[in-house]
Amino acid sequence: MTAATANDVPLSWYEASARQRIDALVDAGSFCEFIGPELREISPHLAIFNLPEQFDDGIVIGRGRLDGAPVLVAAQEGRFMGGAFGEVHGAKLTGLLRAARALKQDVVILFDTGGVRLQEANAGELAIAEIMRAVIEARHSGINVVGLIGGRAGCYGGGSLIAGTCSRLIISEQGRLSVSGPEVIETNKGIEEFDSRDRALVWRTMGGKHRYLIGGADIFVDDQALAFREAAIATLAIRSRFDPNVLQAEQKRLERRLHRFGDVEDAIEIWEVLGIDQPTGIPALPTGAFLRAANKRENADDAR
Amino acid sequence: MTLDDILASLFPNGSDVETVGPMIAGKALLPDGRLIHVLGITQGQPLGVEEAIALAERVIEIIATRDRTPILLLVDSASQRMSKRDELLGLSEYLSHLAKALLVAEAEGHRTIGLLYGGSAAGAFIATALTTGTLVALPGAHPAVMDLPSMARVTKLPIDVLKAKAEATPVFAPGLDNMVRTGGVHVVWDDAVPLAPQLAAVLQRPQGQDDRGRLGAERGGRQKAAELAERVARAAASPQDARRA
Repeated sequence: MTAATANDVPLSWYEASARQRIDALVDAGSFCEFIGPELREISPHLAIFNLPEQFDDGIVIGRGRLDGAPVLVAAQEGRFMGGAFGEVHGAKLTGLLRAARALKQDVVILFDTGGVRLQEANAGELAIAEIMRAVIEARHSGINVVGLIGGRAGCYGGGSLIAGTCSRLIISEQGRLSVSGPEVIETNKGIEEFDSRDRALVWRTMGGKHRYLIGGADIFVDDQALAFREAAIATLAIRSRFDPNVLQAEQKRLERRLHRFGDVEDAIEIWEVLGIDQPTGIPALPTGAFLRAANKRENADDAR
Repeated sequence: MTLDDILASLFPNGSDVETVGPMIAGKALLPDGRLIHVLGITQGQPLGVEEAIALAERVIEIIATRDRTPILLLVDSASQRMSKRDELLGLSEYLSHLAKALLVAEAEGHRTIGLLYGGSAAGAFIATALTTGTLVALPGAHPAVMDLPSMARVTKLPIDVLKAKAEATPVFAPGLDNMVRTGGVHVVWDDAVPLAPQLAAVLQRPQGQDDRGRLGAERGGRQKAAELAERVARAAASPQDARRA
């Protein structure tokens, strides 16, 4: 076997397209797409709304190699319909996860999504439920399903629920992980509840640093494709279990989180309770210093 | 039907089901004498971190008994709780955890039946009703991803235009009929006759694969999903030319 090589070009994960991310993630030249854009499997529903289609419906799926090992990959394109799940988009990921179980191959999901695509909301909602079931069935058969979060659209709505079924999550500072987005909370509950224009509030409530500190994500990386690649390789080397014991450990972990942080008002207070020296300085810290400051974080090892 | 009416019609031999706040928990006897666990969320309440962890705890207790008894999950909820606090605490993990608990219960031999008897929406709908092995509904149930006025805001289309489009396709508008046609709801029960035999019929169905895609195709509400997922699986299994699948 030839030595696995990365496409070693600096690339911001946040700025990159889905296809650029895949090329930078897997071993150079190893990616082979399934149901590619040349087959023009477009959404049959967007035309009803006079909206443009895209030939891959905003998700790229296929197989590649990571440090020589075969892996199945799915990457959402946040620049098409906010990476949202429609019927075709969702079915491509469902099919990939079912294949993973049959082939006994690990899966890496590159999230970049606002959640369900409203123009095909029922189909998108069902796709989320089918994907979550397929992730758990794959994990039951011993497969790792790893989520990468650091795209423009974040990982919101149903995407965040799928992320919650993954064996491990890798996140960058730019990655946002949350069910309701800032605008949705503000629209429904008022600006007193959540001011969506307060970007600092958005980042410290839903962003990668906070999620890493409370154990909502497992590995924190720079906004660089190579950093995501190295973290994915390291993560896939660990075989994650999934059984009733892991479920029970997660129950304890999430109960403990409510117990420790349930009464606080803001992320900075949570970081203070964690014992971080200068909690207000967390958002400005570069990765190295942040990881040193994060040594008292909660973690989700064997409890996800 | 009220929750009490539903329980009386489901369990003529009696049930021991308590409602505390929005949470339903208890057990009941099936007509054949077998036990069934009953839990759920009621009163159209949102599903936040506390509700999700409480439901998950109950499911995990049931799994720990290893008795393989079926679980009936009653659902009349709002959406996930939309609040800064819930998101700060990582609501997505709590909802996923509840979903995982239900899926593990099923894998451990507990049949999971969802009964949608009121509303449910968005993340709450996914983490509860849509995660059960078989989802049934009562007439009048009203599932939604997002209500039409909110959808009009997001899509920037007048509500009359949205309503007209909803006549042409079941794929986006809220409502039980659309969720049936897209394959999300297995069957709508008849509330004019006793529910107990209808539950027994569902429990007799063999527990199988996720067949919602196939149902959606048969019912004309989701024409592509099942076929496309199968083609992906075939492409992945083919060693060479994945593109042709």
